[in-house]
Amino acid sequence: MTLQLPPKPKKNNVKIAKRVAIAVALVALYTWTFMGIDIDWARAVDRMTNNFEKIIPRLFSPSWEDFPAVMDSMLETIYIAFAGSLMAAILAIPLGFLAAKNMTKIPVLTALGKWVLSAIRAFPDIILAILFIVAVGIGPFAGVLAIAIGSTGMLGKLYSEVLESIDKNIVEAMEASGANKVQILFHGIIPQIIPEFLSYAIYRFEVDVRASTILGVIGAGGIGTMILFANINRNWEQMGLILLVIIVVVTVIDVISTQIRKRIV
Amino acid sequence: MSNVPTSMNLSSKTNTPNMLPAKVKMRMTAIFIAVLGFYLFSSYKTDASFLELISGLGNMPLLLEEFFPPNLSLFSKIWPSLAETIQMAIIATTIAAMLCVPLSLLAANNIVTNKYLYNTVRFLLNLLRTIPDMVLAIVFVSLFGLGVLPGILALIVFSLGILAKLISETIESIDTNPLDAMRASGANSVQMISFSVVPQVLPQFSSFVLYVFEINIRASVVLGLVGAGGIGQVLNNQLSIRAYPNAMGIIIIIFILVIIIEFISNKIREAII
Repeated sequence: MTLQLPPKPKKNNVKIAKRVAIAVALVALYTWTFMGIDIDWARAVDRMTNNFEKIIPRLFSPSWEDFPAVMDSMLETIYIAFAGSLMAAILAIPLGFLAAKNMTKIPVLTALGKWVLSAIRAFPDIILAILFIVAVGIGPFAGVLAIAIGSTGMLGKLYSEVLESIDKNIVEAMEASGANKVQILFHGIIPQIIPEFLSYAIYRFEVDVRASTILGVIGAGGIGTMILFANINRNWEQMGLILLVIIVVVTVIDVISTQIRKRIV
Repeated sequence: MSNVPTSMNLSSKTNTPNMLPAKVKMRMTAIFIAVLGFYLFSSYKTDASFLELISGLGNMPLLLEEFFPPNLSLFSKIWPSLAETIQMAIIATTIAAMLCVPLSLLAANNIVTNKYLYNTVRFLLNLLRTIPDMVLAIVFVSLFGLGVLPGILALIVFSLGILAKLISETIESIDTNPLDAMRASGANSVQMISFSVVPQVLPQFSSFVLYVFEINIRASVVLGLVGAGGIGQVLNNQLSIRAYPNAMGIIIIIFILVIIIEFISNKIREAII
């Protein structure tokens, strides 16, 4: 008995050319990257050996006497995230309807809605916060607006995807039995989308709590302000406590939100 | 007697029976009130007043005057920092992608059967994901000094958590039949991994790496605000001297860059999967 391997598939020239092109592009990209980046390793290592003892052990010995103040700032962060996400959850509804193909029957408007949503998503939260700080002044309100606008991009996209996947049979049945547009919306569409809309809104709140912890670094309120001052004052014990509080609070919110979302959907 | 007014009130919708039992309705109302109440409280605590926003809109022309016209002629001057931002994201994503291979294998319950090890790795990954990237950047800047190195390190740590979680979930959902078939025909574990696990995971893996690259581009843009290299540092300088047209120009250039990179990355991801 002779064992024989199955015949090898024939190589396709176009495919090979494509692969070579991809390989060349990748090599070029990485060459450009490593030529361009310039790290002064000697200085970095030098600084690290000097600073390691001054920073790392202190990070792990949090200053508990600051706990009330840190908790206060963390609560402000949660308020910012909550107010922002709820605003976004409401703002995203019309945008989601606009960007959903089966709701807005006009392709130009759908494309416009999708474009607006992805344009919003391209802005990092912090950049939005910078713009709002100039508009409404330093303070948590700028943070709320940044979170609200920033979250609308993602929520609107998710909402439009939910809307595009709804069961059209129900809507058609209602149309056939003579329901008007408002009745179809309230009895045919909304009951189908509410659980998923809620679930996404809660998920986004989770993301926003994380995002709003740093808004204060540029002056938009919350615990980020404390991070900034702890950094300026080289108060690493306080930084350690802040990190600990962020980790614990974010984890708790994640767990609660996951439980709620499991029950809704 | 007492029934009359209620039925009168409901007369307009007596034909449609109530879909939800009273208890559910009450609970929903309670939740609604709680959410709304917490919202109002949050707005109060964060000074989020819409009156202020609307009156602030009155300042809009003034603001626009400050920001506009954006100075786009900066492009050639800021290109080196912009390139640095992209390079930071590329390096960080590459290293995170390499590091996440062993980590995601350890965090997949069909590869690691030891429950304690699996749970410990999972816990560590969750922990990594809760630390904001900016905080990591701040700590690393204090450790290593200003520059791209702390930025790259912050991005690596931050994206490692996301990437390892996504990839470990992919590994957990692979089809184990090919694995069993290979084991039955006498393959060793290296052969099993390279011919059965890798081909199944590779498309998802590449797609997730590209996705994390997009996240890293957006994150690396702002890391410079705390001194961790890239375009954010230039933006911060322009903001601190109140050169708003320059800042707006930079923001618009960043925006275009992010859109272009997301577009390319989306196309590649569509082609992969």
